[in-house]
Amino acid sequence: MENKHITERLRSRFQDDIVEYQVSDELPEYIVTAPVIHDVITFLKEEPDLGFTFLTDLCGIHYPDRGLALGVVYHLHNLAARKRVRVKTFISVSKPHLPTITDLFSAADWMERETFDFYGIVFDGHPNLKRILNVEYMDYFPLRKEYPLEDMTREDKDDRYFGR
Amino acid sequence: MKEPPKYLHTEAPEGYQAPGLFATVLDTVVGLARKNSIWPLPFATSCCGIEFMATMGAHYDLGRFGAERLSLSPRQADLLMVMGTIAKKMTPVVRQVYEQMAEPRWVLAVGACASSGGIFDTYSVLQGIDRIVPVDVYVPGCPPRPEQIIDGFLKIQELVGHESIRRRNSPEYRQLMDQYGLMKE
Repeated sequence: MENKHITERLRSRFQDDIVEYQVSDELPEYIVTAPVIHDVITFLKEEPDLGFTFLTDLCGIHYPDRGLALGVVYHLHNLAARKRVRVKTFISVSKPHLPTITDLFSAADWMERETFDFYGIVFDGHPNLKRILNVEYMDYFPLRKEYPLEDMTREDKDDRYFGR
Repeated sequence: MKEPPKYLHTEAPEGYQAPGLFATVLDTVVGLARKNSIWPLPFATSCCGIEFMATMGAHYDLGRFGAERLSLSPRQADLLMVMGTIAKKMTPVVRQVYEQMAEPRWVLAVGACASSGGIFDTYSVLQGIDRIVPVDVYVPGCPPRPEQIIDGFLKIQELVGHESIRRRNSPEYRQLMDQYGLMKE
């Protein structure tokens, strides 16, 4: 399966909602607008000539210094054609909502919980969206680039001795 | 004849001796018995636990100090040995294990992680188990060698041997427990 074919199919179906296309690390990568993300994944999975029926990974990203703030990356795999594709979408930090894809891939369940746990992205329609790895009482999203990585409850570490 | 190593025999405590009679303070006898029959509970979560396996093995043999019998049930354990990184998600487990131990109980924090969080200065790791349970002896090292663990254990023995049998009923001890929110009635 050629990248060109995937791009043409997506462009003809979603037009301007496919914001950007590039090939990075030999993977075709599409940035799509948030409202159509569920449709794009459905399209990639269910069109017979595309057939991306395996969700390899789903995770969050955060680029605070770019206009695109919070994002989710989807990695899809066509096992028969040995073809992979990467889909990204971006949302604002103030309204971090995306539709869930657990209706398409059961594997997305824990991945979306992890993304919620670390980035605070709310997947609307998820059956059980709660923290999965961190302690339940944690009141922030640690992988957002708004927080220092160190434990903030510590008072015995003097920054002068650590070159900070 | 060669003098046997010091750890192989235990000196009798100070006291009054006469034929068929030995009088001493009860504290010292109880301390002597306790310190030479400690049952440790190994709470091993990472590489310090591997060092502990060597410590317990034939080469270093913690059994020489009366700790032959590890207690994997907290209810029969005297000493909680926390060896390794304790993630914040693990804290209720450590606490529950400590709460289940019967008095008198001691805690040994083995290694940098258990003592202070070590290199894991991060949001997910508890910065030292003394934030949730009172610790008696800290063993430094990342991970500490078996000799260091044994040294920490000997320090625990010293504490156990010299502890007054009334200590656990004292207001100071009560205060310590309250500080950690333990022993609620």
